[in-house]
Amino acid sequence: MSENESCATSNEKTSVQGEQPVPSASWNFLKMSNDSTAKTIIVALLLCLVCSVIVSTAAVALKPIQLKNKSLDKKRNILQVAGLYQEGKSIENLFQQVEAKVVDLASGEYATDLQPGMFDQRKAAKDPQQNIVIPVNQDIAHIKQRAKHATVYLVKEHQAIKYFILPVHGYGLWSTLYGFVVLEKDANTIYGLQFYEHAETPGLGGEVDNPSWRAKWPGKLVYASSGIPNIEVVRGTVDRSRPEAIHQVDGLAGATLTSRGVSDLLRYWLSDQGFGPYLKIARSRLGESL
Amino acid sequence: MTHDAQKVVTDPLLDNNPIALQVLGVCSALAVTTSLATALIMCLALTAVTACSNASISLIRNHIPSSIRIIVQMTIIASLVIVVDQLLKAYAFETSKQLSVFVGLIITNCIVLGRAEAYAMKNGVGLSFLDGIGNGLGYSVILIFVGVFRELLGAGKLLGYTIFPLVSDGGWFTPIGLMLLPPSAFFLIGIFIWGLRAWKTEQVEKSEYRIHQVHRTEVL
Repeated sequence: MSENESCATSNEKTSVQGEQPVPSASWNFLKMSNDSTAKTIIVALLLCLVCSVIVSTAAVALKPIQLKNKSLDKKRNILQVAGLYQEGKSIENLFQQVEAKVVDLASGEYATDLQPGMFDQRKAAKDPQQNIVIPVNQDIAHIKQRAKHATVYLVKEHQAIKYFILPVHGYGLWSTLYGFVVLEKDANTIYGLQFYEHAETPGLGGEVDNPSWRAKWPGKLVYASSGIPNIEVVRGTVDRSRPEAIHQVDGLAGATLTSRGVSDLLRYWLSDQGFGPYLKIARSRLGESL
Repeated sequence: MTHDAQKVVTDPLLDNNPIALQVLGVCSALAVTTSLATALIMCLALTAVTACSNASISLIRNHIPSSIRIIVQMTIIASLVIVVDQLLKAYAFETSKQLSVFVGLIITNCIVLGRAEAYAMKNGVGLSFLDGIGNGLGYSVILIFVGVFRELLGAGKLLGYTIFPLVSDGGWFTPIGLMLLPPSAFFLIGIFIWGLRAWKTEQVEKSEYRIHQVHRTEVL
């Protein structure tokens, strides 16, 4: 073994000459000298051809399963954050309780021309036709640009909206965190928060996935009386005796920047730049129906 | 022959370990060992890639022009890594999300290229395949060792199951935050190498050790 190692550096010469004789194939390509230009080009071309066939076969053949995984994963996260997920039950069946709609963020109205199944918010965020560039002074979530539209998911009960499931994303410490925040029908009380994609440090920022931390969110109020989103992840623990405690959640130990990122992305997406107009309309409609 | 084959597989486990003795592939050992589950999948992926790339390179070794030898090896390795990545995305979606870029980075893992260049270019298909398996397992030994300690001491868990209940969940164990950061893997690998060389003293490098004999392709 170690002899193999030590002669590895002299390999260039020995591998070309000291080999078993090439089988007496009729194809003269096999008899060509390995170092001739023609053979070098032929080997390179053949190799590229074979490798590209293998790679593209794998990519094309596995694509349907991968897309299904992705969409199932997203649906499972939506169900989990809304508390509808049941282990062992078909995600597709459970997801029938959820209604997807595309919202025009600027006006806050539903966009009737976009199909929720067809609209890809992440793609749209990169498309100059469908996105807006966020001015630096407003870009507290550090996402630079966002789509003009967003897909919201609604859970209804007796024809009335029970939960708003809103997609949010923003920058933490290492990565963009993608998740959903669920608001109750008053469009102010948080029912849950869950991130489905991020690359924060496991055990520190990655604790955004920890169920015991996520359990601190339900019941918190997003908006201050002025109508500005006031939700905040504080450093350390919340002082419950103070009046603003209803807007505050305990910070993640050792993950100040991720905690700040979560505060900022929620404040951005729930402000008038994000879902603010949509939620205002939702609140006024709630008033009408009462 | 069978004795040879057995040696090819078992040698890299401790006697000629790719990380501990050859000091290859350390970078990924730091990155994917925060939890044992990701470390295990990474081991599987790397073992599969090393074995298959060794076998395919060995298969065509008599016809690889020396001028484009490394490119040929890299092309084969890269193709295999893409296939493995696609397979993980299709059949182990959760883990592939956690491993993210590190599966793709198997391409730059020096163990794969190191074995292709040092072994597969000069040996038969069967033995090269076994050499790939052996070195993949040698890599796995270290990753599992590091992964067990990092997950246990850093999060109080093993494979996601709580072993030491954390203070934050009402238990007694205060996790060691350092264990979750990459430097801790350096310390653990260092301790492993120390232990290994204290036991197998023949691995201790002599002062006249000729450094040019070690085949290094590490890019850190």
